[in-house]
Amino acid sequence: MAAKAEIAGQAAKTPTDIEHEELISGSEAIAHAVSLADVDVITAYPIRPYDTVMQYVAKMIANGDFDCEFIVAESEHSQFEIVKHASAVGARVFCGSSGVGWMYAFEALTVTPALRIPMVAMVGNRALDDPGAFGVEHNDALAVRDLGWMLIWVDNAQEALDTALIAYRVAENRKVFLPCAICTDGAFLTHSQYSVKVPSKAQVDRFLPPYKRDDLLLHPDNPITIAPQVNEDWVMEIRKQNDEAMKRAKGVIAEAYREFKEVFGRDYTNSMFIEEYMTDDAEIVLLGMGTISMPARVTVRKLREQGKKIGFVRLKWLRPFPTEELRKSLARFKAVGVIDRDYSFGSPSDGGVVFNEVRAALYPLAKRPLMSGFIAGLGGREVTIENITQMVEMLEKSVQIGKAEPETHWIGVRE
Amino acid sequence: MPEPITKDEVAEVRETLQKFVPIKGVRQVPLEEFFTSGHRTCQGCESSVIMKLMVKAAGARTIVLGSTGCMYVANTTYYSTSWVTPWMHTQLGSAGSAAMGTAAGLKALMRKGKIKKEPINVIAFCGDGGGADMGLSAISAALTHRDYNLLILLYDNESYANTDIQVSSLSPWGACTSFSPSGKAKRIMHNRWKKNVVGMLAAGHTECKYLATGNASDAIDLMNKVRKALSIGGPTFIHTLDPCTKGWDYDPMFSHELGKLAIETGIWVQYEVENHKLRMNGISKNIAEGRTPRKPVKEYLLKQGRFNHFIDEDFAYFQKKVDEQWEQWWLPGVIPFAKETEAVKK
Repeated sequence: MAAKAEIAGQAAKTPTDIEHEELISGSEAIAHAVSLADVDVITAYPIRPYDTVMQYVAKMIANGDFDCEFIVAESEHSQFEIVKHASAVGARVFCGSSGVGWMYAFEALTVTPALRIPMVAMVGNRALDDPGAFGVEHNDALAVRDLGWMLIWVDNAQEALDTALIAYRVAENRKVFLPCAICTDGAFLTHSQYSVKVPSKAQVDRFLPPYKRDDLLLHPDNPITIAPQVNEDWVMEIRKQNDEAMKRAKGVIAEAYREFKEVFGRDYTNSMFIEEYMTDDAEIVLLGMGTISMPARVTVRKLREQGKKIGFVRLKWLRPFPTEELRKSLARFKAVGVIDRDYSFGSPSDGGVVFNEVRAALYPLAKRPLMSGFIAGLGGREVTIENITQMVEMLEKSVQIGKAEPETHWIGVRE
Repeated sequence: MPEPITKDEVAEVRETLQKFVPIKGVRQVPLEEFFTSGHRTCQGCESSVIMKLMVKAAGARTIVLGSTGCMYVANTTYYSTSWVTPWMHTQLGSAGSAAMGTAAGLKALMRKGKIKKEPINVIAFCGDGGGADMGLSAISAALTHRDYNLLILLYDNESYANTDIQVSSLSPWGACTSFSPSGKAKRIMHNRWKKNVVGMLAAGHTECKYLATGNASDAIDLMNKVRKALSIGGPTFIHTLDPCTKGWDYDPMFSHELGKLAIETGIWVQYEVENHKLRMNGISKNIAEGRTPRKPVKEYLLKQGRFNHFIDEDFAYFQKKVDEQWEQWWLPGVIPFAKETEAVKK
């Protein structure tokens, strides 16, 4: 084998042949996963910060390390439509966007889950224009939360790579057949480097079965009509099928994490939907999604040194929403503060999206924690240790007076 | 002719193409129907005839993508689809993207050995709204990807006929539609001239090997155009003019006659651009070569209720614009400008 490779004048092994460790960004980690998953069709359109993933993909293709159809579309709408149709004929696909680019594709994002297309997309979370801002805000990905997209926020490059593989396995499971967006905080994750274990192709092949559409395949051998006019006669039944698919997704995700541990050795089984940090004896916890976990964990450690019983809960999957897991976890605390890197103007308590969702999930509990919402870090503004300490102090005050008032606070905003 | 980027890519494209088998007369038309019963198009609908001829010419090994419009809504009522071939809906502005995605998916799967390598036709259709308005950008993009075999067919019934006959950029000047009614203060609400779709696309997409106009009144010509488009390699485009009984307001029995009259008056020009060579077809060829005089446009306009409000000066304006198209354009009916020196002479 080695001799043969020598004759060909090539290295015996390309990096994907063996498991190895690399210093790479979140975007690059997802590009690795896409290549390892042998994706067939990828569409790109430039917008910061997600587009770095496509730059890595393009480089792999140019160097002959990855074989797929790579189309630079003329808009995000076409970008998502092209892969939607490629998926319908049985191709594994990858796509992505950020901010207003994601919003430009909105019509395509709407029909993708409705058509049961198991697309995997990367969202490099970015503030929506106007005014212009490159930094992270979660409103782009959150806009599709009611449509049947599975949404997961990750907080480091290793998790980004692993989650991309898990996303294909879950999305393409016939029990689910829904698209999945891997949400990565712009700059903080897309452009930050981590030491990442890149698995081997053999491991990925063991973990990820081929994508099969079977009776839903669009092919002359299976002449079906997809997405006819159903009107009020059938639309409710079809919506209900999507509802059931999303409900089944939770079990499929759990199974994927268990299998992932077997194949790759990394264990997410104790933190599949939510990840708790120093919560064992905690009285007050903060909850947030994505890279907010970094300053939050540092602050928790600092306040712990002062003897405060503080913890942090990271919400990973927003869809399907881990209602039971959150009820079980959060009912133990006196107060919970939800950090939203998003806004929802005119919403209940004028709070953020995650705050209102978590609060709604806890409503049936007999014993509920006091809940406050913190809107922070919009447009990529840094959420500092001081900001998080301030949130904890507000939560402590609410515990003292037995009431969270006001329910929503904007943190780190100039008056 | 442009050189291919790599030989392999072109070989890959060729390997999955149908061979061109021309239909030389009515007797050679295949009997099999792939667009059959189950549709709810209006009596006299020429667009549905286009669908039938299009997929009859293409054959069974075809995937059809249909963007939103009459030919989606009327043809695919749940449980009574009229399509025998596989068919999938795509969004209003997505005919180009749907064709490209389908072709790219098939190409990748065939190259990687995940499905059998064989010719599978990919046709995406759109109406005038989906093609010349919303979907123009995606169609333009698709026509630049020469390594995907696909056909985009724009069936043009000259309005958003599915939603209530609203004006589109392919509605003829002055036509009464629900968004351009004729009123007391404004006799003519729609004062834009129809876009020249194939001319624009042919001039702007220099590697597209086949573009054509078509009309259901010349069925054999249309079917051969579909077959050429599917066998030449790379992205191709056909634009058909389809009389619409509801939108144009005439007796359904005259659909074919009206389509033919559009050609005879020179309003609609039948041609094809094959391997970068322009060829006029049928009656249009006779007009272009001076063998057949053009009929006055008034003959065509007077037969349709949508022009009922026209007065003499409107007919005259319409006639003048059509005359210009034949007498002043660089390539009559195709390229709407002249070289400066020639224009000065005239």
